[in-house]
Amino acid sequence: MHLGIDEPRECQYNQICTHNSSPMETPHSKKRKVKRKWQIFPGRNKFYCNGRIMMAKQTGVFYLTIVLILVTSGLFFAFDCPFLASNLTPAIPAIGGVLFLFVIGMLLRASFSDPGVLPRATPEEAADVERQIDAANGAGGPGYRPPPRTREVVINGQTVKLKYCFTCKIFRPPRASHCSLCDNCVERFDHHCPWVGNCVGKRNYRFFYLFILSLSFLTIFIFAFVITHVILRSNRTGFLSALKDSPASVLEVVVCFFSVWSIVGLSGFHTYLISSNQTTNEDIKGSWSTKRGKDNYNPYSYGNILTNCCAALCGPLPPSLIDRRGFVQPDTPQPAAQSNGTNTCPTTQLQSHMAAVTTPLLHAQPILLGGGPVLQPKPSVGGPCSALGPGQPSLPSSIPGLSCGGEVLALHDSENHCHHHLHHQHFISPEETPCAAHLGHHMPLYDPASQDSLHEDSVRGLVKLSSV
Amino acid sequence: LWQTHSLQDLRQQAAIASKVFVQRDYTSGTICKFQTKFPSELETRIEKQQFEETVQTLNNLYAEAEKLGGKSYLEGCLACLTAYTIFLCMETHYEKVLKKIAKYIQEQNEKVYAPLGLLLTDPIERGLRVVEITIFEDRSIGSR
Repeated sequence: MHLGIDEPRECQYNQICTHNSSPMETPHSKKRKVKRKWQIFPGRNKFYCNGRIMMAKQTGVFYLTIVLILVTSGLFFAFDCPFLASNLTPAIPAIGGVLFLFVIGMLLRASFSDPGVLPRATPEEAADVERQIDAANGAGGPGYRPPPRTREVVINGQTVKLKYCFTCKIFRPPRASHCSLCDNCVERFDHHCPWVGNCVGKRNYRFFYLFILSLSFLTIFIFAFVITHVILRSNRTGFLSALKDSPASVLEVVVCFFSVWSIVGLSGFHTYLISSNQTTNEDIKGSWSTKRGKDNYNPYSYGNILTNCCAALCGPLPPSLIDRRGFVQPDTPQPAAQSNGTNTCPTTQLQSHMAAVTTPLLHAQPILLGGGPVLQPKPSVGGPCSALGPGQPSLPSSIPGLSCGGEVLALHDSENHCHHHLHHQHFISPEETPCAAHLGHHMPLYDPASQDSLHEDSVRGLVKLSSV
Repeated sequence: LWQTHSLQDLRQQAAIASKVFVQRDYTSGTICKFQTKFPSELETRIEKQQFEETVQTLNNLYAEAEKLGGKSYLEGCLACLTAYTIFLCMETHYEKVLKKIAKYIQEQNEKVYAPLGLLLTDPIERGLRVVEITIFEDRSIGSR
C-alpha cells in the first residue's frame, strides 16, 4: 500500500516470474510422465490391472453375483458332493466342477472385457460432422430450432435412422446405443447388466450368453442333485434328520429355486434374441416388429436360425477399438471429454480443443440449454414409453414416462432379471455426479458445458422420441 | 507440378492444410465398409480412380476380417471349448487381417499418397469410424 509521499525507490518490486504461476505447468509436468490411454478415458468406466480389465462404475451387484455363485457352489461341493460321489457316482462332482469353472470363466470374461465401446470423435472429426450437419440443415437465424440430428440409411431394404450422439460427437452406427451409466456409445448395444457389472455389447455378448446358459445348467444341476441328496438321505434316516445332517442343502435349494426361474427364463429369452438376430434394445422398442408396419422386418437377420446363432456365437471376435493400454502421444488431439468421469486431470490442450468444439453447440442451440425445464413426453403409453430402452441418452428420472416404461417392461417376465436397473437406475443428472466437483476444480470452463450437454442430450432425446 | 515429399518429410516438416474424413457406408449393414464417394477437396490432388481403388481394397480387407465361414466358425468353436484361453497364445483372425491392413496403408502412403502431399490414417486409430486423409500444404506452390 503506497502513501503518496513515499519515495520512488520504495515502490520497486521484483518482477513476478510468470512461469510457475499457471497451475498446469508445475515442475512435475516437465518430467513428461507418459500416460496410458485408459487413464484419460472419457467414459465412466473403471479400469484395473493397468488397463487390462474394464468394468462399469458401479460394481456392487457384480460382487453379489460372484458371492452367490461361489457360496452356493462351494456349499454344494462341500456338503452334498461327498454323499453323492460315494453313493451315486463321482462323475457328479466332476461335471459340477467343470460347469462351475466354465460359469466363472464366462462371467469374468463378460465382466472384464470391453463391450464394444466406440471411441469419441477427435476434435477435427467433430468439427467436420458439425459442418456437414449445418450444411444439410441450412442456415437459420436465432430462434430457429433445427430438426433433430439424424441421418437415414437404407439397409437391406429397411430405412434405418442414425442418430447423432452429443456426448461422443458421432453419428452412431446402426444398432449402437449410448449407455447412460457408462457414458459410452457401445456397438450392437444389448443392455447394461448390473449383475455382470458391465454393458453387454458386440464384443462380450457371446460371453454373456454362455454365462447365463451355463449358469442355468449349473443351477438346475445343483438343484436336482441337492434334492436327490436329501431324498436319498431321508430314505435312510427320515426327512427331518436328513435336513439336520445337511443344513446347507436348504440354503442351496432356496437360492437355486429362485435363480432357476429368472436365469432359465433369461437364457430362453436371449436364445430367442440370438436366433432372430435382435438386441434386447430392439426387442423392447419393437423396432422390427410387424406391429409397426406390414413391411417391417429385421434387416440384420441372415434369414435362418442356424446362421444367426453361428454368427452371434462363433463369428469373428472384433478387436477393441479403444486401445486401453496404448500410450498417449503427447501431440495427438484428445477426443471430446465432456463426461463427468475423467480419471485424471486433462491438459490445457484438451481445454482449448473443448472450448473450440463446445462453443459452436452452445451458440447454435440457445433454446435448449435452459437446464431446468424438461420436455414432458406425450401421455400415450405406446410410442415414447416403450422407446425408453436402456440405451437411450441419459434421461432425468423425473419423466413420468419412465414408470409406464416399467409397466411395458414388466410384460417381458424373463427380462426382470437384468432390467430391474431401469426401475432403480439413477439416470444420472449432473447434480448427482460426484466428479462434477473435480471438474469444477480443474476445469472451470467445463462445468456448464458438461452439465448442459447432458441436459441437451436428454432434451434432444425427448424431442426425437416425441417426433419419431 | 507438385513437389514430391517423402513420408518422413511430410510428418516432420509440412504444415497441415486440412483433413478430409471418409465416412462409413452402412448400406450393407453393420459390417465395416467405407464410402467410395470421392471427396471434393481431393479433386486437385489425386485421381478419382486411385482413391476409389484404395478404399475398395480396404473394404475388401475388412470384409475378409469379418467374413462368416467355415474357418471363422472353427476358430470360434475351438476358442469356446478352450474357454477362450487359446487367445492368450494365438491371434484372432480379425487381428491378423488388421495387421495386413496396417501394412497396406503404410505401403499406400509411401508409394502413392505421400508424394502427393497426402497422408492416410489407419481407420483403427479412429475407432473404425472414418478414414482420415490429411492434406498437407504444398510448399512449392504456396498455401492453399
